Amino acid sequence: MINTTALTKSFGQILAVDSVDLDVREGDIYGFLGANGSGKTTTVRMLLGLVLASSGEIEVLGQRMPKHGRTVLPRVGALVEGPGAYPHLSGRRNLALLDAAGVGGSRSTRTARVDEVLEQVGLGGVDTRPVKAYSLGMRQRLGLAAALMRKPELLILDEPTNGLDPQGIREIRDLLLSLHSGGTTVFLSSHLLAEVEQLCSRVGVLDRGRLVVQDELATLTAPTGNSVVRTPDGDRAHALLDGRVLSKDGDRLTISGTDPSTLNALLVREGIRVSELGPERRTLEQVVLEAATNSGSDRFA
Amino acid sequence: MIAVEITKMLRRPRTWVTIIMLNALPTLIAVLLALTDIGPRPGEGPAFLSAVLSNGTFFPLAALAVILPLFLPVAVAVIAGDSVAGEAQSGTLRYLLARPVGRTRLLVAKLVSIFVFVLLAVVAVAGVAYVVGVNLFGSAPAAASVSGTTLTNTEIAIRTAMAIGYITLSMLGVAAMALFLSTLTDSPLAATLGALAFLIASSLLFTLDAADALAPYLPTRYWLAFTDLFRDPIKWRDITRGIGLQAVYVVVLLSAAWANFTTKDIKS
Repeated sequence: MINTTALTKSFGQILAVDSVDLDVREGDIYGFLGANGSGKTTTVRMLLGLVLASSGEIEVLGQRMPKHGRTVLPRVGALVEGPGAYPHLSGRRNLALLDAAGVGGSRSTRTARVDEVLEQVGLGGVDTRPVKAYSLGMRQRLGLAAALMRKPELLILDEPTNGLDPQGIREIRDLLLSLHSGGTTVFLSSHLLAEVEQLCSRVGVLDRGRLVVQDELATLTAPTGNSVVRTPDGDRAHALLDGRVLSKDGDRLTISGTDPSTLNALLVREGIRVSELGPERRTLEQVVLEAATNSGSDRFA
Repeated sequence: MIAVEITKMLRRPRTWVTIIMLNALPTLIAVLLALTDIGPRPGEGPAFLSAVLSNGTFFPLAALAVILPLFLPVAVAVIAGDSVAGEAQSGTLRYLLARPVGRTRLLVAKLVSIFVFVLLAVVAVAGVAYVVGVNLFGSAPAAASVSGTTLTNTEIAIRTAMAIGYITLSMLGVAAMALFLSTLTDSPLAATLGALAFLIASSLLFTLDAADALAPYLPTRYWLAFTDLFRDPIKWRDITRGIGLQAVYVVVLLSAAWANFTTKDIKS
């Protein structure tokens, strides 16, 4: 659905996006991670033809961007860096105007589609009050509604849960999952690891403009081949398993080998109390922190 | 897209506040004239104002002459300066372009909507001024043209309509300048003030004898030529030059706006 080849963007001397090869497949919920300033938003803007690439190629829905924007973009729903609306108009009027501004939004179904998307994002009961009277969360929902207006095949969402409360975040997550099960591919740019971990099937990590990781989430967080034991008798366990202990951190031991049941039997036989035992998995946070060389390019050290 | 832009302009409270304010000064002048009965001597003060006391049907022209040098171009600069930069500031520009709306289409739609605004404002001022003028000063069956011959009220009406058209076209240079600046910056205020600086520079150079060589190219040079429509016969020379000059400004500035906007990274 999205393919970029050596996509590069420089602003003067600064290389914002450096030779990025994105590969988002149909049916993915793709989590696009990166620290603030790592180039996520610039990449998203290039996908939508807002920022023009310095070099490299972009294909969205199988067609070159930005050249074929007229045929590609009506099939894409986007939320980029927060919602945008005319503050003096109502949410309904905003959606209708944006729909009327371009192709692919039939006039006869417009009112019905506006009502439908407002219902979807939880603004169904909204009155005629102008957007300037909306809360941050309501604006965010309105932005999502705008992205959903023409039942896009591909959703490109940049920080979609910004400004939402935990309840709202959950609602949006459920909405994205139900859209996904209806066949929509979702490209989700975020710096919230938990959000990506809960939603996404594939992950790309951007670090200072370079794509340092791109893989299935399941592969990235697969068992590492080691086991983890938590025990109050750490020293005895260490002595018993000497040679197999890779590291010891308080009551937590990492042990090579992936057979927890044998390990458990061994420990218990020796009277070592085991409070927790299981295969070691890397968390997404570990994956990202290992891949990324620094904690964020908004830090100048 | 043009219809969408015009709808947006018409639904904006600011549009109507601006038009009401454009009407305020001419109406105040009419009331003062009617109360005091002291008109400017012929040849002094805003054009046509001395003729108003004897024939209220001239008041639309006097009102247009009052707003033409400053108030109308300021209003145009505000609306046009906001056109692209305002969308950038409210965060709607990126959604319009990703909708997608072609960048060239957006520029043209913006210029058309500004033109419609100017026409609406000028017609509103003329209309209000007609009602005010006829009620305060009454109407005479005929009036003297600038050349001293007699014009019937029908002739005055036709020529007033022509003047409305000419004044609207006269604003296009300022509008195109503000639109161009609006594509350069994400600050509507900066674009508006830039266009006003352009306007003030033009007015200033026009009064300077040393700048005579530049005079034919100044955007404000032929603005008051609409009075030539009330000569008998109509003196077309400055009118056609004025329209031609505005056309040149529109083509040049719109091309510059297009060249800048279509190659610009939208980071707002």
